[in-house]
Amino acid sequence: MLLEVTGLRKSFGSIVVADALDLVVAPGEAVGIIGPNGAGKTTLFNLIAGGLTPTAGHIRFDGRDLLGVAPPARCRAGIGRTHQIPQPFEKLTVFENLLVGAVYGRQKSEREVAQACGEILERLGLLRRANALAGSLTLLERKRLEMARALATAPKLLLLDEIAGGLTEGECGELVATIREIRKTGVAILWIEHVVHALLAVIDRLVVLNFGRKIAEGEPKAVMQRPDVHQIYIGIEA
Amino acid sequence: MDDSAAKPAQTFRIETAGGAPRIAASIAVLIVLVLALLPMVASRTLVQDFIFLFYMLALAQCWNLLAGYAGLISVGQQAFVGLGGYLLFALTLIGGLNPLLAILLAGVISALCALPTALIVFRLRGAYFAIGTWVVAEVYRLVFAQIKPLGGGTGTSLTSSVTSSVPGIEQVRALLDVRTPAARDIVSYWVALTLVVATLAAVYFILRSRRGLALGAIRDQEAAAAGLGVDIYRIKLAVYVATAAMTGMIGALIYLQKARISPDAAFSVLDWTAYVIFIVVIGGIGTMEGPVIGAVVFYLMQRYLADFGAWYLILLGTLGILIMLFAPRGLWGLILNWRDVTIFPIGDG
Repeated sequence: MLLEVTGLRKSFGSIVVADALDLVVAPGEAVGIIGPNGAGKTTLFNLIAGGLTPTAGHIRFDGRDLLGVAPPARCRAGIGRTHQIPQPFEKLTVFENLLVGAVYGRQKSEREVAQACGEILERLGLLRRANALAGSLTLLERKRLEMARALATAPKLLLLDEIAGGLTEGECGELVATIREIRKTGVAILWIEHVVHALLAVIDRLVVLNFGRKIAEGEPKAVMQRPDVHQIYIGIEA
Repeated sequence: MDDSAAKPAQTFRIETAGGAPRIAASIAVLIVLVLALLPMVASRTLVQDFIFLFYMLALAQCWNLLAGYAGLISVGQQAFVGLGGYLLFALTLIGGLNPLLAILLAGVISALCALPTALIVFRLRGAYFAIGTWVVAEVYRLVFAQIKPLGGGTGTSLTSSVTSSVPGIEQVRALLDVRTPAARDIVSYWVALTLVVATLAAVYFILRSRRGLALGAIRDQEAAAAGLGVDIYRIKLAVYVATAAMTGMIGALIYLQKARISPDAAFSVLDWTAYVIFIVVIGGIGTMEGPVIGAVVFYLMQRYLADFGAWYLILLGTLGILIMLFAPRGLWGLILNWRDVTIFPIGDG
């Protein structure tokens, strides 16, 4: 397994945001995560990427225990992430934004990675904005930059945090096409999303979280039809 | 390389924020040349004024790298100015070294002292880091006030044999036909000019390198930079140590010029940090051009308004607050709003 999360628990005082979580992602697999607001989805990403330290449990990535490994080292190990609210380096150009990820995430020189960065920009439709300051981008472009920057680190696992949120139907369709392209290159994907139809168009497996616990997992369409998932996630009886 | 013509991927033109204008480089060289030749014609007062301008600019450039790029808001840089000054005195008066060599050594030792200092203050975040650096600087001051051979709490002076032993003074005296004190100022002027150019060059090349890329990322979004593999702690530590070395050398030069040192003056938070922060803030933090403009403005104010005493400080404070409120990107930011220009092409907007 590429990612193995076992018995993961995170609490802030008496508030438990992740509880007895088990999750695996195989190399090249695409797994979706849904759950109501506050279900602990982004917390799970922060625990995997290293921004938060778990209260209990283990995270193994690529055969290595991530306990005590700092975020930069996790990135270099092959975990790339995007943020729900894009966090571009606003005073750097789009190209330089990618260079940061490529140079530091891959530990290579600017010369060695320049070509790869250009190709990622092209794949994500940002090439004509390559020399613009990242602060001048639109929301869709910022979301694309988040993905491009994460891809620049040459990840084995890409964590996508609500990348389709706030986009129009057409933009969302384009994004889905792009993510399917990325999958073809062999990158595993763990994707948190509220836009369920976008998620279902890509993923192999679906996980449902509620109050920090995993309440369902399996084949996406089958999971979506479970009455308890309907109850919790959509708030109606099936 | 892929030779398929259908692939536009082969024809990237890579630009970074602010392309390198050759013309700016030529102008910079010209300015340095003019400044180097200035003492031939300038009065002694002007030479002394420029020494002051040079070291304030060098200090400001260091603090800007520290606070504006690495996000390390230190209010304790006087620790390294004082340390450098005292090291110069110790190495020349007690060690019998040549002052120029002592300046270089002061830089090395300041860097060595910065490492354990960083281990303490880097445990603190934000406002606590700022206060921590200040406390550490106070500790430095109190320690040097205990050293009796260096004058303890009252301080000491350089002997004239030390101040005259700087290489070049004799030659300048003979060549320009001036008295020894004036020749000493001219040599100090050249050392100060060398130091400020070296500081500008060092900051420029740090910011142009891959470390500069990381520093730009840290300045804009620290957490996101960490998630992309940038080792924040290591880069901040490197910047802290490098600026300590530069600040220590500047401190040594300042006290070679002053020829008299005391703990209260050498570790003065007002002179070596508050004024420096003022320069960076009014000029424009997080840019290389800002501190240059700020230093010139500060020098002019000091030159023409310092006689008003307390009123001068009140004016300085008021100006600082006004700029923070109404032009947070400083005077350089105001210029950028009006015209899109770059002097140091290092990739900031």
